Amino acid sequence: MPEKTFKRKLRSGDEATRITEHPILSFTRGPEVTFYFEGRPLKGYLGETIAAALVANGVRVFRYSERHNRPRGFFCAVGKCSSCLMIVDGRPNTMVCMEPLREGVRVERQKGRGKI
Amino acid sequence: MAKEQIKHTQIAIVGGGPAGLSAGIVAAKLGARVCLIDDNPRLGGQLVKQTHKFFGSKSHYCGTRGIDIARILEDELRATGCEIILNTTCIGHFRPNILGLAGAESFTKLTYDRLIVATGASENNILFENNDLPGVYGAGAVQTLMNVYGIRPGKRVLMVGSGNIGLIVSYQLLQAGVEVVAVVEALPRIGGYHVHAAKLRRLGVPILVSHTIKAALGKDSVTGAIICRLNKRLEPLKGTEKRLKVDTICLAVGLSPLVELLSQIGCQIVYIPELGGLVAWHNDDLETSVPGVYVAGDVSGVEEASTAILEGRIAGANAVMSLLGKNNDAERIIQEAKRELSLIRQGPFGEKVAKGKKRLYALNQLTQA
Ligand SMILES: Cc1cc2nc3c(=O)[nH]c(=O)nc-3n(C[C@H](O)[C@H](O)[C@H](O)COP(=O)(O)OP(=O)(O)OC[C@H]3O[C@@H](n4cnc5c(N)ncnc54)[C@H](O)[C@@H]3O)c2cc1C
Ligand code: FES
Repeated sequence: MPEKTFKRKLRSGDEATRITEHPILSFTRGPEVTFYFEGRPLKGYLGETIAAALVANGVRVFRYSERHNRPRGFFCAVGKCSSCLMIVDGRPNTMVCMEPLREGVRVERQKGRGKI
Repeated sequence: MAKEQIKHTQIAIVGGGPAGLSAGIVAAKLGARVCLIDDNPRLGGQLVKQTHKFFGSKSHYCGTRGIDIARILEDELRATGCEIILNTTCIGHFRPNILGLAGAESFTKLTYDRLIVATGASENNILFENNDLPGVYGAGAVQTLMNVYGIRPGKRVLMVGSGNIGLIVSYQLLQAGVEVVAVVEALPRIGGYHVHAAKLRRLGVPILVSHTIKAALGKDSVTGAIICRLNKRLEPLKGTEKRLKVDTICLAVGLSPLVELLSQIGCQIVYIPELGGLVAWHNDDLETSVPGVYVAGDVSGVEEASTAILEGRIAGANAVMSLLGKNNDAERIIQEAKRELSLIRQGPFGEKVAKGKKRLYALNQLTQA
């Protein structure tokens, strides 16, 4: 493992959250799409989940908990913890860590229990 | 409105990680009609995000990267013509032997003759103030984000836990250009392999043993963490608190088997700490207390990918034999896999599971006596 090559790349204060260079992996991203987070247009890529696209855009709070209104983000990323439920195209309680991103999809923070 | 369908298969497998894939390969090759279900868009389970070369075992995949093992197993399974249902969650079990499968736009009732449950494990959280704050992630989530989607989880990370997962994911964070501020470990020694720890230290990451996280700081998301020192009885030492400026806290504090489906089926569930907590009781042929229902991989005891593969083979071959009768090829597969398993479990990292499995098998004698 060429350790030096990536040690050089440690840049604190680096704003970009997308990884462009990696010693092992290369990321082939799908076509760019626009989606809406609380009405605000954001960019993401087809082939990633809504949760991934949100995090890449610096969004960490996905919903507010039912009883104490505490902010929640994602925790497991594999559909097991229910921490990431959001309103997607009007449908509440959608696990965005498993939900693929689509062009034009509308994503909103959920407050408490979703109303169906 | 979702479409409802009814289907039948000889052997149903829930979970397409290394255990489920291996079970499917063996069962299909031995002549059974197999259907494998996974809730992800891709096969491979945890392996799809493991970029490092595999450690430890003498099994043939040692030295291969996890992501490549996933691809090898997937190709092998697809070549058998096994039916594969992706993006679909097994949400329940109905009597006598019907699985409820939910996809985005469909609902399927799948009846089966034999069932192999290979659902893996889910990540543990631990108790500390604000442990629900956005920015507190499981190690698997961090891996998914950065190795599958190529997204950095943050800029400065505190890693909690120095087992192999904690050490490896810390190294992967560095590779992705993220700063790992420290690794904290409650026990007085590092849990994982020392080669991994040494790599981190060479890159300047402090590994603080006898330390834990006391609180996550921040309003809407993590902006810091408080860590403190622990005494030998793992009690926090007053006055040793330290504030760290981090935006992400990564928990690598163990996994718990995903036994919900098994308990719904009515399998006897037992508590064996060495296996990760609650597991379905099973014998060394991986059959549970419900005849015809088998387990394999992390759901039968949290371990590693190579043992998941071996258990998958054993479960797959046994399921076929119980369905189609005695079979020399199946017996040979089972014997070989059992031999390899016991070799792995003699090693330093297999000891714990070996002890757990022994306790589990002993329980049977107690309940049957
Ligand atoms: C962060 C992390 C790092 C690791 N690093 C290593 C390592 O370096 N080396 C090593 O040997 N091991 C490592 N492991 C452990 C290894 O990945 C696991 O032991 C192995 O993947 C277990 O295989 P499995 O098939 O039992 O489960 P998994 O790989 O977890 O696969 C289970 C599959 O079942 C699916 N599933 C679960 N429930 C359902 C349901 N109801 N319906 C449909 N599908 C379902 C899951 O989504 C998943 O795809 C690591 C684990 C983690 C979490
Ligand atoms: S983050 Fe756990 S279910 Fe989505």
